[in-house]
Amino acid sequence: MKKKWMKRMISASVTAAMLVGSMSAAMVAQAEEEFDWRAYEGTTIEIQMVQHTASEAMVKKLEEFEELTGIHVEYSITPESSYFDKVSTSLASGSGSPDLFMSGAYQLWDYSAAGYVEDLSTYLNDPSMLMPDYDYDDFVQSAVDALKWSGVPGEPVGSGAQLGLPLAFEVYVMAYNTRAFEQVGVEVPKTIDELLEVSEKLQGWNGENSYGVAVRGARDWGTIHPAYMSWFAQFGAKDFVVEDDQLVSQVNSEEAVAMTEFFVDLVKRGGTPSWSKYTWYDCGVDLGTGNAAICIDADNNPVHQNWEGASEEAGNIAFAPMPKVTADCPQTSNYWTWSIAMNSASKNKGAAWYYIMYFTSKDYAKFATTEANVLDPCRTSVWESPEFEELMACQPGYIDAFNATIDNTTILFTPQPYFFETTTEWAATLQDIVAGEYDSVQEGLDTLKETMDEAVSDIDLSLY
Amino acid sequence: MFGNKKKNAEVDYNEIPAHIRRRPYYIIAPGLIILIGIMIPFITAIVLSFTSYSFRMPKFKFVGLKNWIKMFTSDDFWHALVVTLKYGLGATAVEMLLGTGVALLLKKDTRYSRILKVLFTFPLMVAPAIAVLIWQLMTSNTVGVLEKVLNIFGVYNFPWAASHQTALFTALVIDAWVNTPFVLLLVLAGIQSLPKSPFEAAAVDGASGWFTFKTLTFPMLKPFMYIALLFRLMAALQEFGIIYALSKGGPGDTLMNISLTAYITGFTYQKLATALPYLLVLWFIVNKSAKFLVKRQRQLAKQAAGQ
Repeated sequence: MKKKWMKRMISASVTAAMLVGSMSAAMVAQAEEEFDWRAYEGTTIEIQMVQHTASEAMVKKLEEFEELTGIHVEYSITPESSYFDKVSTSLASGSGSPDLFMSGAYQLWDYSAAGYVEDLSTYLNDPSMLMPDYDYDDFVQSAVDALKWSGVPGEPVGSGAQLGLPLAFEVYVMAYNTRAFEQVGVEVPKTIDELLEVSEKLQGWNGENSYGVAVRGARDWGTIHPAYMSWFAQFGAKDFVVEDDQLVSQVNSEEAVAMTEFFVDLVKRGGTPSWSKYTWYDCGVDLGTGNAAICIDADNNPVHQNWEGASEEAGNIAFAPMPKVTADCPQTSNYWTWSIAMNSASKNKGAAWYYIMYFTSKDYAKFATTEANVLDPCRTSVWESPEFEELMACQPGYIDAFNATIDNTTILFTPQPYFFETTTEWAATLQDIVAGEYDSVQEGLDTLKETMDEAVSDIDLSLY
Repeated sequence: MFGNKKKNAEVDYNEIPAHIRRRPYYIIAPGLIILIGIMIPFITAIVLSFTSYSFRMPKFKFVGLKNWIKMFTSDDFWHALVVTLKYGLGATAVEMLLGTGVALLLKKDTRYSRILKVLFTFPLMVAPAIAVLIWQLMTSNTVGVLEKVLNIFGVYNFPWAASHQTALFTALVIDAWVNTPFVLLLVLAGIQSLPKSPFEAAAVDGASGWFTFKTLTFPMLKPFMYIALLFRLMAALQEFGIIYALSKGGPGDTLMNISLTAYITGFTYQKLATALPYLLVLWFIVNKSAKFLVKRQRQLAKQAAGQ
């Protein structure tokens, strides 16, 4: 009797489970069927893109998107050196053109302060506008958080309006040439003291012009945000604090001076004499050509030198977390993300949202990473896929370095609308300090503090 | 009725037809359109320089002389002015000397000079930004051909644009490479248009080469050289492309001339109204220099023509 009852219970449970399963499958299928991809058929939208693997990947899928939605896309691709000047002037015109643009988080602080950026939460929270399998929770949390901001200068990212959705992002790690390390007989450095020692030993490892460590040094914001800002935060330094409803620069604090002294020492003892013109491109290429033994930069940068046949040193490049200030401090790193944002003056917001949704979806993210080299993937499902693991098998240490870094990775700058002015001046001062134009690091950073305070002087936080 | 009126009207044979009367307006129309196209942005720039206009803010207000006072009391402006003059005068002097010198060497019409004339014009066909990319590769410490040449003489890691001491020199070398052929072509054209008889007379009188150059060639070439000088000085004072592509004004502020300071303030920092006084001062300098050179060129042309 008991057995019979048990059998009935089991068969009833199985039937119920099957029913629920088939019902939910049917509901999903119905929802997918119900989602009207052709709602904006016949609309033409315009997007401004930067020259990057992320834009190349989107161009490859444009035809497919146009066929699915009936939306026509007009696009332009501009090199990064002049890209943001073009976007700034276009948005300022208020004409609604372009409807969409690629951006980093820092730029969105400027643009959103002027009211040029649409809050994408509106669309994410509207079930009728969201494809059923979009799965917002699948995004790497820090990637979407980096693109949220309240609009109040000084308040950290992670809450407020969703100013963009990510296409790719990067954290900062160390890539090194295993051949150089073996040849010179040094170990992978784990702290900055070890890094100074090792990079000095690696000077001239591959001929007179080869050197130890490549870090960025050009006169723009790009110099400050990778390695420099990551160490800056590890030293406990801050760029700004809020005092009496004003942003006040702290770039001349004791911690900031100590960090900058270390950085200058690193460039002089282990870097290249041409440091002051080095962009991300130069750092990556020098590692690939066997001129630099170490490159401390975005984790995706050296990857492109390490694919089979991509450079002279392809196959010799490995990855490790950035050397830390002390062995027991957290593996802090700054953050960068390329995203798509919508012009608040766009006259085709529905169609523009469809574009964003399609090109930030899970399926597209997988295609972009595994077939078009877009790194780092901003979808957890891609990170966990066997295809991605297989793809990155020839990049030793890449995934481990990422995993060691990602938990303490966020945007380390204080969000404020004068980001470009303050960081460009910062880079110029750093160049002067390295060149010995100031008597001391403290003097250089004192001057920089005055410049930065003046740049943000019209921000009155009591008005927010 | 209407036909009758026309029939009865007196015909004025002295009246100029309308399409001929309007002809002067047709002729000046293109010039007028261009003038309007230039004047509108120019006047807008002057007006906006007295406002708080920024790409960052949709609204703006009049701020009087604030932007002008800020510029004239800023160290950055005076530094930019010095860099502008150093670069403008340096590049022009080098290009005038080299261009004239090479033109004089090529004045004899031989097979080699004909080949060299073609080769020397090649840099003119390269856009300045592309020329900078070529030079960046050539001066690279790791892969550059110039580094390899210097290595032969025991010089390693020459800093080129990466050092405060050599950045201006590097920019001037690139400018000279791109623009010397322009001077060369103008001066060559001048040499070829000179009358032959004075030179034949000097040769008959046994005048030395230096004496002929000093008293005949140089004075007669001066009007042509002034045209080259005018164009080169105007362009070099406004130079942007070479410096921006080379180092974005760095290292530090070493190469931040007026054009670059205005561009970075106006576009990168999005403070257009703050940047406009810089550009208007640059316009004033270029305008006054050009007026002076045009006046002088006219005087010299008259002297050369014996008037």
